[in-house]
Amino acid sequence: MTRFLALRFARALLSIVLVVTFAFVVLRLSGDPALTIMSPEAPPEAIAAFRKAWGLDQPIWLQYLHYFGAIVHGELGVSMRDGRSALTVVTERIPATLMITIPALMLKIALGIPAGITAALHRNTLRDRLLMAGAVAGFTVPSFVLGLLLVLVFAVRLGWLPSGGDERWSSAVLPVLTLGLGGAGILARFTRSAMLEVLGQPYIRTASAKGVPWRLVVRHHALPNAAIPTVTVVGFMIGSLIAGAVVVESVFSWPGVGRLLVVAVANRDLAVVQCILLLVSATMVMANLIVDLLYGVLDPRLRVSTAAAH
Amino acid sequence: MRDTGPLDLAAASLTPPDATPLLAIEGLTVAFDGVPALRGIDLTIHAGEAHGLVGESGCGKSVTLLAALGLLPRSATVQGSVRLDGRELLGAPAAVLDDIRGGRVAMIFQDPASALNPVHRVGAQVTEALRLHRGLDGAAARAEARRLFDLVGIPDPTRRLDAYPHELSGGQNQRVMIAMALAGEPDLLIADEPTTALDATIQAQILDLLRKVQRETGMALILISHDLGVIADVCARVAVMYAGRIVEHGTAEALFATPLHPYTRGLLGALPDMDGPRRRLAAIEGSVPEPWAMPAGCAFAPRCGLAVAACRADPPPALLPHQGADDAEISAHLAACHRADPDIRTRAERLADPAPPVPPSRGTAVSQGV
Repeated sequence: MTRFLALRFARALLSIVLVVTFAFVVLRLSGDPALTIMSPEAPPEAIAAFRKAWGLDQPIWLQYLHYFGAIVHGELGVSMRDGRSALTVVTERIPATLMITIPALMLKIALGIPAGITAALHRNTLRDRLLMAGAVAGFTVPSFVLGLLLVLVFAVRLGWLPSGGDERWSSAVLPVLTLGLGGAGILARFTRSAMLEVLGQPYIRTASAKGVPWRLVVRHHALPNAAIPTVTVVGFMIGSLIAGAVVVESVFSWPGVGRLLVVAVANRDLAVVQCILLLVSATMVMANLIVDLLYGVLDPRLRVSTAAAH
Repeated sequence: MRDTGPLDLAAASLTPPDATPLLAIEGLTVAFDGVPALRGIDLTIHAGEAHGLVGESGCGKSVTLLAALGLLPRSATVQGSVRLDGRELLGAPAAVLDDIRGGRVAMIFQDPASALNPVHRVGAQVTEALRLHRGLDGAAARAEARRLFDLVGIPDPTRRLDAYPHELSGGQNQRVMIAMALAGEPDLLIADEPTTALDATIQAQILDLLRKVQRETGMALILISHDLGVIADVCARVAVMYAGRIVEHGTAEALFATPLHPYTRGLLGALPDMDGPRRRLAAIEGSVPEPWAMPAGCAFAPRCGLAVAACRADPPPALLPHQGADDAEISAHLAACHRADPDIRTRAERLADPAPPVPPSRGTAVSQGV
């Protein structure tokens, strides 16, 4: 078990290093922060001074080494934009993001999983078709379209809810709905196919053949098995709690990490972008690790044998 | 071959005078999305008897009993009548069926590893049946599950109760399935190819176990198999199925000694002998007609060496005794065939084997698996 955990942890670390390296290289190849922040009309001396001040005049591999050296010491750099620590700039946005992504996640689970189960249990009936049409619509309509549609109906036409900003609690409702409906569609599809797969298994017939009432067959025999693939998708959603709302935050001008990312990329605010990516990959990798451990809880076949047979 | 007790005497007669049969299937038809899978099955099972159902894959053996217990998917259209102690099961309310399934009629399946739920301990899967059908809970249920494990020959039963199916071998899982089936103290156990997925040596052990529990509990047994050797070994009466129909029905002795239907004769000809000269095994030529393209007459006619014009034109008669049968034979042995006559032999049969077919023994069952 310790070996398993150590291996998983090492792989997780490697994934994070790869993501951060990729971001580092791409950001530096795709534009010059000095020109973006200082504007191209700035005097050449000023631009040169800016480059020197931020170490941008050094070869890229040296910058990379410095960057990693700093990370090891817990230094994530300073925002070129406002001179504060990148970590501070990013972490102060996290609560706002979680304020919409956590309720959205709960909405995805509360809508998607029951919808998927219901659809599977009534396969090929009108109910199944309606639910799946809704689910497909939920995840194929891009979130900016769905967001604007919701704004059009609830903010513009009905005037019930604000169309953006973060001044009131009610401002969070439309972003949460936009995120939640799309995710619920994905989760409903996954849950449905996981349930259908399980319902076709011989052990379900065995349970019926020994006289277990159908609702208990579903609850005790089908659901625990269908939970295994479903947890993967939920884990992925947990992993994207921090970065999953980039588009929605932009549409609703919600001051979260996602919107910060868009602004920072546009400005080539390298330290901030890298800090966000580090945070995102770390949460993603953590979520995967949790999913792997959950598999062991849900599926005894993946567990270290307790009641060994031989 | 078997004990001759009063139960067996009743079983030997196909139409006992007044005993209400335990299970009576009449005119059972099943279609999947309009494609017929069963085309009229009549079968009666008496209390305590061991009855075999034989035929190749896809002939409808399993479908017959899954349909009888309401275990087919909703896409299946089931018609006819299935009565347990005179009570109609087709269309019965779910609660009634739940009481019967696992309680009066238990079922075990081909692949025990996938027939057990992978996420529950095997002990819990047995106690679930005990709770449903005998109201046992907690320590009492666990003690009874332990006793059942012991009964079906699972070594170290207390520890095995806490094992998961993947931690047990195929043979042990099948024993768990049998323990689970016995939990409800059923009057009828349906064993659907119970040994097909197991090693040859384990097959023999499981068959011995089935015979033992049947003898000790006095329950009836329906053994579904494609293996004539397995059937001959355990069952007193046998029904042979072909393409969704029963084509021959009789006591195991009569059916194996003088098979009436050319299909049964073909099946027996395909079995190797343990003794006698080596011979080429006779395969039945051709293949089973597809369910959506059944011939107008007898479904076996296209493959049958004895077929005459009548076989291709008209469906065969309902199960009938062969011509010239005496009274004992009439009650013991029937076939749905225009040409049912043990004395007619095809040219291929005469060439392949100058001696009439012999009933298979236990030895042939085991040698088949090796």
